[in-house]
Amino acid sequence: MFNTRIRVPPTAKPGEIVEIRTMIMHPMDNGFSYTTQGTLIPQNIITEFSCHYLGEEVILVRLEPGISANPYFTFPLRAEATGTVRFRWMDQHGDITTAEEEMVVE
Amino acid sequence: MIRLLAALLLCVVPMLARADPVSGYDFLLPETRALQDDDFANPGMLWVELGQRLWDAPADKGSCRSCHGAPENLRGVGAVYPLWDPELERVISLEQRINQCRERQNEAALPYSSRELLGLSALVMHQSRGIPQSVRTDGPAAEAIERGRLYFDTRRGQLNLSCSNCHDDLTGHRLRGEVISQGQVNGFPIYRQLWQDMGSVGRMIAWCNDAVRAEPLAEGSQMAVELEMYLRARGNGLPIESPAVRR
Repeated sequence: MFNTRIRVPPTAKPGEIVEIRTMIMHPMDNGFSYTTQGTLIPQNIITEFSCHYLGEEVILVRLEPGISANPYFTFPLRAEATGTVRFRWMDQHGDITTAEEEMVVE
Repeated sequence: MIRLLAALLLCVVPMLARADPVSGYDFLLPETRALQDDDFANPGMLWVELGQRLWDAPADKGSCRSCHGAPENLRGVGAVYPLWDPELERVISLEQRINQCRERQNEAALPYSSRELLGLSALVMHQSRGIPQSVRTDGPAAEAIERGRLYFDTRRGQLNLSCSNCHDDLTGHRLRGEVISQGQVNGFPIYRQLWQDMGSVGRMIAWCNDAVRAEPLAEGSQMAVELEMYLRARGNGLPIESPAVRR
């Protein structure tokens, strides 16, 4: 589990397009850099990010080694009904980090 | 004659720049400033949040919170570090103070550039955001500051450059694509885009040493802390920006 930050508006009107912001603390080592001691830092990246809302996958991102540390995603989401917005990051070792936030739509 | 005057003026301008401290923020591109100003997008806030979690983490004799209360109570504390410790009879940095406190509470000291220690120092410094940096320059600290100034003004490394060669004399000029800043440290610990990581003043000093191909000062060594003390004293009055974003 990595340290994450998410921002989902607590309330929204039906049909409103809201901005979702997410960030995860991760080094995203691309496998090409060296420590100050000269040893290669092995590749260590997050490979997948997804968001689920109302039982539906609303975004799926496949990450590659060229993406910088602490990947930050922001995207619009149409608020339709009250529900939990769930986020999921998976790293290359299969470790999963999740976060969720409730959004009230009325 | 005009050409001569212009040449003279060019020589004078960098010298004038020595007068007032200017934050590294003013040397950034607008996009980088925007990243620092946005408390969500600023990656340094990840470390502040990590610090917040460690602040509340139960330890052997209780958490940071059980003595200090909310981190907000430490508003203004970060602005006066490094400071003279009368017990140790030397100047110590905020990171060293945190470790001192941990050891008193039967907790292991954290490595100087560890994510955890940076998280805690970022949390404490963040509470002082906007407060003018105000380290004490009188009393026993004055000697340490003088040693720091000497280090700053001494040429070193294969490139034979002192810190002041660029950060005093050539402020505002360009080093390839970058505008040379004054080397102020009011935003530390910083999220540095080049490192894609957080760093203390100690890490920055070691990096600068490396950049002029000199032997890097060890983070947390007495000389590094005294140099930090001088750098802070040099920028007294600048608002604390932690966690700042730098290129």
